[in-house]
Amino acid sequence: MILRYEVSGEDLSLAGRASAEVKRAMGRLGVEPADVKRTAVAMYEAEINMAIHGGGGLAEAELNSEKIVITMEDEGPGISDLNLAMQEGYSTASERIREMGFGAGMGLPNIKRNADEFFIDSSPGKGTKLKITVYFGKKEAV
Amino acid sequence: MNGDSFHSVTLDTQKCKGCTTCIRYCPTEAIRVRKGKAYILDERCIDCGECIRVCPNGAKKAVYDPLSAIEQFAVRVAIPAPTLYGQFDEHFSVNRILGALLKIGFTDIFEVARAAELVSDETASFISKAGPGPWISSACPAVVKLLQLRFPSLLDRLVPVVSPMEAAARIVKERLYPGRNDVGVFFISPCAAKVTVSRNPQGVASSAVDGVIAIKDVYLPIRNVLPYVQERPIATASAKGMAWAHIEGESEALALPKAISVAGIHDIIGVFEALENGKMKDISFIEALACPAGCVGGPLTVENPYIARARIRALEKHPQENHTKETENIELAFSSVLKASSGLRLSPDRVKAMLIFEEAEIILESLPGLDCGSCGAPSCRAFAEDVAKGDVALTACIFKLRENVRKLAQELILIESIQPPGLDTSDADDSI
Repeated sequence: MILRYEVSGEDLSLAGRASAEVKRAMGRLGVEPADVKRTAVAMYEAEINMAIHGGGGLAEAELNSEKIVITMEDEGPGISDLNLAMQEGYSTASERIREMGFGAGMGLPNIKRNADEFFIDSSPGKGTKLKITVYFGKKEAV
Repeated sequence: MNGDSFHSVTLDTQKCKGCTTCIRYCPTEAIRVRKGKAYILDERCIDCGECIRVCPNGAKKAVYDPLSAIEQFAVRVAIPAPTLYGQFDEHFSVNRILGALLKIGFTDIFEVARAAELVSDETASFISKAGPGPWISSACPAVVKLLQLRFPSLLDRLVPVVSPMEAAARIVKERLYPGRNDVGVFFISPCAAKVTVSRNPQGVASSAVDGVIAIKDVYLPIRNVLPYVQERPIATASAKGMAWAHIEGESEALALPKAISVAGIHDIIGVFEALENGKMKDISFIEALACPAGCVGGPLTVENPYIARARIRALEKHPQENHTKETENIELAFSSVLKASSGLRLSPDRVKAMLIFEEAEIILESLPGLDCGSCGAPSCRAFAEDVAKGDVALTACIFKLRENVRKLAQELILIESIQPPGLDTSDADDSI
């Protein structure tokens, strides 16, 4: 099954809704708690990134009994140096965003750690596309 | 009423008007109104007592033992929650309140606040050995059940230490009256969930508590004798243990840096959601109490929670610190693993659950989204799931019913407009 959500790039108080919905769905389906947590951590981080840096976008979660594949796509400024963004602690978030408790690094390494498969495509002016796959019943949350 | 499905929170069907107030406040969507009465889904109820608090008709109640239950034991030991101390006027000392318990039928007392000191030390020592947090307090039984039902991925964050109630009961049975079978230990409780866990304990195989009596049931008997009770030294608990009655008390007792204290089940859910998303990595401890302001806000109390908290805060300034040795080496660790509960699953079979989920999403699209509660479910979404599961018909939605009636009416008009062929002149023209 496929779940689709719009992620707002304007109202940060709503950021996290899409991942909360996906988490709820996984609970209803009886997905193993450790996999729910891995998915929640990865998707929440990606959703916050999309709201803060990407100006919002679309989140899609495709679920079957073995795995969940999450695709997050925005048309934001894109990431100019992916290698740098994949480093721990790197952040481009503005002062205002940091004051709200967000933006201490983009958390891309954290997303990768929690996912079984991680794919990112981004370039300046083109936006960012993220694909996160979590297989059920595989490993513990990080 | 026994076995795993026992819940303290139940319904007085005589008083329930089927008003749907409770269904909106239930944090686990565990209540439906069917046939004009509220109905609790056992597998989802966490005994938090929210429904007891919000029911305008007093129809939601907790099942607990009557005071007369103590009569079946020769030795009747009261283990009062520290919340009891905040129920009475400031000029009644803890010693006099405990003295009153002895006047109304109990033969001995051991303060849960005293046991809370031991549990505090055990918890602090566990956390110092167990490594980085956040660790979640297991003191509130409704919170433990919430984790089992809604946040099973956080169960491994629970501090595996028994509650002060259980610790107190063990001290009475193992140290004060070892080897006796005529001893009854009764928890004087602000809390409905404690009744449930005294029968189906969390983290231990069986409870040492023999009965749970509501604070509101001993309130009047105590009040009536209090003026005649002389001051004499009974209390042994310090401020550290007493503070467990209210929010921030346990955190203060543990004295850990970076603790979060959260009271009220809905705010607790917010904190756990964040924790599940990987936030709060630098927090060492989360103290979560389901009732407003903590146990002082329990559904079985009499006094306003904030007044009770202020009184206990004042008492904390006059600690007793009169310790005895009977509390040494009491086993406080969990002996069994807490399991996730499957109460929110749509079906034991994941593929089937997925089909139900998808159907529910489609049904939800067609519903008005007003969450009016007329169907007896807390939200259109919960109703859509109930329909998809086959628990209830779609026409239980008043809007859907109206839609159907309108369609039916249109069909009736259509049928009515068709004349028998012999009378039908609508197409009649000159060509015949």
